[in-house]
Amino acid sequence: MIQLTAAQMADALAKDETTSVELTQAHLDRIAAVDGQVKAFLHVDSEGALAQARDVDTRRKSGEKLSAIAGVPLALKDVLAQKGVPTTAGSKILQGWRPPYDSTVVSKLKDAGVVIMGKTNMDEFAMGSSTENSGYGPTFNPWDLTRTPGGSSGGSAAAVSAFEAPLAVGSDTGGSIRQPAALTGIVGVRPTYGAVSRFGLIAYSSSLDQAGPFGRTVLDTALLHEVMAGHDPKDATSINAPVPAVVSAAKSGDVKGMKIGVIKQLQGEGYQKGVQARFDESLKVLASLGAEIVEVDCPSFEYALAAYYLIAPSECSSNLARFDAMRYGLRTGDVEGASAEAVMSATRDAGFGREVKRRIILGTYALSSGYYDAYYGSAQKIRTLIIQDYAKAFGKADVLVSPTAPTTAYKIGEKVDDPMAMYLGDVATIPVNLAGICGMSLPAGLAEEDNLPVGFQIMAPAMQDQRLYQVGASLEAALLSQWGAPILSKAPALGGK
Amino acid sequence: MSSLSRDDVAKLAGLARIEMTESELVELSSQFGMILDAVARVQEMDLSGVKATSHPQPLENIARPDVVLPSLSPDEALSGAPAQEESRFRVPQILGEAE
Repeated sequence: MIQLTAAQMADALAKDETTSVELTQAHLDRIAAVDGQVKAFLHVDSEGALAQARDVDTRRKSGEKLSAIAGVPLALKDVLAQKGVPTTAGSKILQGWRPPYDSTVVSKLKDAGVVIMGKTNMDEFAMGSSTENSGYGPTFNPWDLTRTPGGSSGGSAAAVSAFEAPLAVGSDTGGSIRQPAALTGIVGVRPTYGAVSRFGLIAYSSSLDQAGPFGRTVLDTALLHEVMAGHDPKDATSINAPVPAVVSAAKSGDVKGMKIGVIKQLQGEGYQKGVQARFDESLKVLASLGAEIVEVDCPSFEYALAAYYLIAPSECSSNLARFDAMRYGLRTGDVEGASAEAVMSATRDAGFGREVKRRIILGTYALSSGYYDAYYGSAQKIRTLIIQDYAKAFGKADVLVSPTAPTTAYKIGEKVDDPMAMYLGDVATIPVNLAGICGMSLPAGLAEEDNLPVGFQIMAPAMQDQRLYQVGASLEAALLSQWGAPILSKAPALGGK
Repeated sequence: MSSLSRDDVAKLAGLARIEMTESELVELSSQFGMILDAVARVQEMDLSGVKATSHPQPLENIARPDVVLPSLSPDEALSGAPAQEESRFRVPQILGEAE
């Protein structure tokens, strides 16, 4: 039963062939069997999940009209507040915190009858690309347990890839949904900035952060996207417009006559051979389906990584000032006579990990007087140029495409002491965040040199998220008929499968 | 090659209210040169006449009618407090310390 897609599970529930309690229990059993190896979850809320499942089963029996994915279980990235359930953002500074409120994403999931099974592991405060920066230890890639699942939403991606959950929520500030989706062989979407409310999403870089869906198929991802998105007065940057028709786009999936732009700067040198090969093959598939492939030039993308690693740390140095040991979370060094400032400094030393400290210090430097214009100011101007490059490129193409990440999943520990090497993994995903547009990663096959999944990235203009699903569904169907079976069927068995 | 000395890092850590051990200061100072060189690439392009973007959405201030909406009760708001007293957050001494 856990091998079904979320759409099939929803269908079985609607036809009374199963119950949400049965479905949820099957996934909790799977988690119990394999999560000791994968370590996707920081907290499994079995009791809460079964209570939600019983409730949705009762509502269904009474004839209530339910959402398309009511009763389907889900894994939630630990960056989103859920009332009464431990929420840490992967940080020791929030160990034991139980939020007194629900984030808007969680409220929407609950209203839709989606069963939240637990909180997934992540790089601390979403700062990282491998989940190794979690304060609670890394998550392991279900394809090869010696490798990272990517990050920062590595726990959510690994949970879906390992059939511990059919759906998961992540967040994407510089690629943190798309890159782990690519490295674990699943689908992940970063919606348009402002499409999904950030209320209750623990902030890293507020002008870049956006929550979004993971699934094993394009349609499953669309079903979750539709439930999560929508205007929210509690988030002033939330877009007040109808949610794009992502589900119907995922069902139609036709690319005939569409123009697909290949970004010159996001391929070739620096991209692993098998990554480039699967990308090129996918382009041929799209062309054979009737799309027109054009090349587009985005010269400022060369500076996107540099701009991102100034803007995000600058915003985080301000956002993380709230962890001050006064109102919630950890407090250390509170001895008789200790000043508030000393307690704050001791707590932040004890509670924050290395990468978080590194980024706060970098941001503090970039924003300090004398350096502001040269660093943060220049980065903001590069951001303008990136937006202009996209605008020009979207004048020539309906969607833009690239490999999602330059490499397949790397070994745990391989890049942990080399921050620049780690940052380079985000080179293809970051421009989307800087421009506030939307992007999807879906599996394009396995790299021949290591038999690990490769991600194909699709990008569309703001609030044109349906185009991602239209192109994604079309490519997915064509690749599936080539392969004969879903890509995850090629993953090695985990204990208990 | 950019660089940031151990003392520069210590000053920044003080501004950011993060107490750091000697080994952390040394490690960060040794990594900073490389990171600063990489991010300093933003200065390579001619940016004269380019406007800065602070945010991807062209938003004006967002206001709402000034009406009372449901909010957390004092007990809920204090539920995660490291220390509390008389329905208030209890904080360490903020004035009069010798620093």
